[in-house]
Amino acid sequence: MSEVKFISPETIEQAVDAYSKSSKEGNTKILAGGTDLLVQIRSGISQPDTIIDIKNIKELKEISNDNGSYTIGAAVAGAVLDEEEDFGNNWPGVLEALKLIGSEQIQGRASLGGNLCNASPAGDSVPALIASGATVKIQGPEGERKMPIESFHVGPGKTNLKNGEIVVNFQFPKKQKHSGDAYLRMIPRTEMDIAVVGCAVNVTIENDKCVDARVALGAVAPTALLIEDASKALIGSNFEKKAVEKAALACEAACNPIDDKRGTISYRKKVSKVLFKRALEKAIERAKRG
Amino acid sequence: MAKIQVKTKINGEETEFLCQPYDTVLDVLRRDLNMTGTKEVCSTGDCGACSITMDGRLVCSCLVLAAETEDKNIETIEGMAKNGKFNVLQKTFLEHAALQCGICTPGMLVAAKSLLEKNTNPTETEIRYWLAGNLCRCTGYDKIVKAVQAAAEEIRENA
Repeated sequence: MSEVKFISPETIEQAVDAYSKSSKEGNTKILAGGTDLLVQIRSGISQPDTIIDIKNIKELKEISNDNGSYTIGAAVAGAVLDEEEDFGNNWPGVLEALKLIGSEQIQGRASLGGNLCNASPAGDSVPALIASGATVKIQGPEGERKMPIESFHVGPGKTNLKNGEIVVNFQFPKKQKHSGDAYLRMIPRTEMDIAVVGCAVNVTIENDKCVDARVALGAVAPTALLIEDASKALIGSNFEKKAVEKAALACEAACNPIDDKRGTISYRKKVSKVLFKRALEKAIERAKRG
Repeated sequence: MAKIQVKTKINGEETEFLCQPYDTVLDVLRRDLNMTGTKEVCSTGDCGACSITMDGRLVCSCLVLAAETEDKNIETIEGMAKNGKFNVLQKTFLEHAALQCGICTPGMLVAAKSLLEKNTNPTETEIRYWLAGNLCRCTGYDKIVKAVQAAAEEIRENA
């Protein structure tokens, strides 16, 4: 093994510079909470020549609230975000999705940025981020750019990040009055497992009418999906049975899942409809409260 | 290969060590610092036997690189008893026979301590959820949960 380097930059510029140089020469990995990366290193799946720890960069650890719009640093741990009481009031669906990942020990380290960049089709926080309408800020050698979460992934383990680019933070839209989000996942056991289906719903209600809706599914396709046809079916409706059924069918139609020991294709498709309806109910209840 | 020099605080004591980039905190604790109280079981963050706290956060030491601990504040099971006296959790674990083989016990104690520092009156459900990342294959958890409840009660009485 050639010499492995461990770098711990203090600015984004230093991190981008080191990342773009070292990834031309060999395998470089960005280290956030490490809950995926260290397991990959240990099992031999990943043997980076350079590890860049981004947790000493201020922006990646920051939580800020600008007049109702949250910015969450990519490396903020679940346990830290959980203590930010008002974030959970604004985005309970995003928080409950992030909190579903692993044990308290894992929550002490795992981050939204890590979950996104690990690019598992079953990553729990990703559908919730998509439904929230959040964008991700990326910085690279060519400067800064922003991307909606639903455009971030290309396939399992593959992202749209270019050479030297790192995820800086997540920017959430201002939460609308009478809106609410929710995330539910189906797993074969009761806790700490990988989603067989995950569904996030974010709705805004005005005079009992749905004026905005975003629905996202995880673990049913190579990447998490924004189900635009479900939004179309819901917007303008009173959440009457027909509209909800149409949206549920749109969810099912969008599924392109794998067949494995944890869930067959037909099971995952069927569960996507059920989970959507349950997540929708929860989101509506929250929207009516706030 | 050039080693990385790390300066960190372990159980209140300034500690310096040299490590390789792939070394975890768990590797360094057990192999180099002879602090074998922290147990290695799964090495993938599933079992919680290697639980420590870093800057007050409960983490699995198998999922933290040793090189990341520069200027951190680490607490391990070795720091739990003070001046030769058991921590209240260590006492109630013994009183409730909340251990058999003992391999999960240091992790259980460190995790339970971290819960009681946040919440001295947890419900049984809260205790079970908090300790869900600590696997025990001997006792069946009931005695462990009762020991944590007893410790919480003692902490509240002495507050």
